[in-house]
Amino acid sequence: MRAIVTVVGQDRVGIIADVCALLAKNNVNVLDISQTVMQDYFTMIMMVDTERCPLPFGELAGLMKQEGPALGLSIHIQREDIFNAMHRI
Amino acid sequence: MLSRNEILQTLDMIDQQHLDIRTITMGISLLSCADPDPKACCRKIYDKICRKAERLVEVGEQIEGEFGIPIVNKRISVTPVALVAAGCETEDYVPFAVALDRAAKTCGVNFIGGYSALVQKGMTKADEKLIASIPEALAVTDFVCSSVNVGSTRAGIHMDAVARMGEIIKQTAQRTADRGGFGCAKLVVFCNAVEDNPFMAGAFHGVGEAESVINVGVSGPGVVYHALQSVKGQPFDVVAETVKKTAFRITRMGQLVAREASQRLDTPFGIVDLSLAPTPAVGDSVARILEEMGLETCGTHGTTAALALLNDAVKKGGVMASSHVGGLSGAFIPVSEDEGMIAAAQSGVLTLDKLEAMTCVCSVGLDMIAVPGDTTAATLSAIIADEAAIGMVNNKTTAVRLIPAPGKQVGDMVEFGGLLGSAPVMPVHQSSAEAFIARGGRIPAPLHSLRN
Repeated sequence: MRAIVTVVGQDRVGIIADVCALLAKNNVNVLDISQTVMQDYFTMIMMVDTERCPLPFGELAGLMKQEGPALGLSIHIQREDIFNAMHRI
Repeated sequence: MLSRNEILQTLDMIDQQHLDIRTITMGISLLSCADPDPKACCRKIYDKICRKAERLVEVGEQIEGEFGIPIVNKRISVTPVALVAAGCETEDYVPFAVALDRAAKTCGVNFIGGYSALVQKGMTKADEKLIASIPEALAVTDFVCSSVNVGSTRAGIHMDAVARMGEIIKQTAQRTADRGGFGCAKLVVFCNAVEDNPFMAGAFHGVGEAESVINVGVSGPGVVYHALQSVKGQPFDVVAETVKKTAFRITRMGQLVAREASQRLDTPFGIVDLSLAPTPAVGDSVARILEEMGLETCGTHGTTAALALLNDAVKKGGVMASSHVGGLSGAFIPVSEDEGMIAAAQSGVLTLDKLEAMTCVCSVGLDMIAVPGDTTAATLSAIIADEAAIGMVNNKTTAVRLIPAPGKQVGDMVEFGGLLGSAPVMPVHQSSAEAFIARGGRIPAPLHSLRN
């Protein structure tokens, strides 16, 4: 299942590494990354594949949300369908 | 590939602009629960609802987690109880309401609708018994919602029922006087009630519906408000286009959630209700959208035209986004549930008469309006009759949900809490309609009901 991960937080060294490590630990494959820094704020959008993730999607989403604050980040993972529904006919 | 802007736009709508799915409502037919023994009937009702809706809340939460979109309410609507209970050998219908309430609590939903009677042309014995039991039923239950349809374009207005409902609303307020007349917030009087409405308090599962069905109500006044901020001062053509595009996006979300819920619950998808439903939260108000169009305060001259545009554009944008559209579909203007409406009513600009005019061009009617506790039953009935006439003649659904708050005067506030918000007590005309309501009988259906 394809999903979109969004990461927002104060910019620092190693954000991508931290988030990717978290995803790798749960066997989530990164397909695409787009990131930028605006006024010291780091914003990253990742397209990922959760096919091999052992956790049910809801649990994975809960885990990402929970792990975010420890890394000083707000992390969300949502199924891609919601964005497609809204922006693609 | 989705662009970064599109993704951030969606997230912003959810995080900042209060975009949510207002309700997933499971309609359940209770016709198979009829039984001459009232106890057996209640047991069948409880069992069937619990069986059908066992996973409703769980699935709703699953979808919320996966898509990251809040689903505010999970609810149940059932066959009008007056039909289910008609064959029961009993005079007391309150136990049916208690059975519904218990089932709602077991399933974990926050409202269950369908303690209802459809009496637009006449009343059966069962309808009479159900209506008489409404004040008690709403006082002893927490989650049961009741509705009575007193008119339709095809049948005209049943004025005996209108007169009766004025009394019932008064009694319901009295029975729940300790909670500001809260019972009345769970009671709607309709003209042209629809069978697939997912919104409370007027939801019921019509007899033309399947065994069970999933209906979804979307929301998003905040998103529309935000979108309009980017077209300040531009002509109405641009305003309408902007609302349409926004409504399309909101509704696509509703359609996606409806399809997922329907699949996971193995229950047919019914409709998406294209409504703009406000909440008391700041930034989630329909009144503020109207003001964004250029009105200083909602309720001033121009409000009806602004609302007409909004209502129409919401439907036009939404209708292409969903395979089946139904329910009430339009902008809601409940006073107590809309931060901007509350402010406008408090400032005295928004009056009951203006609200009545607004109901001619939007979804539903006089909704969640507190009036003084000493308002007579005849005045309440006359307000219902006016609203029903608007519905009947304009071939649309209209409804009245008034709260004659016991002991409260004009200017007082009535607190309901949660999504129901708080309502300033609004003045009603003091001139009597007693003799008008005392006539009874039926107001004949309008000429344009003869369409065959």
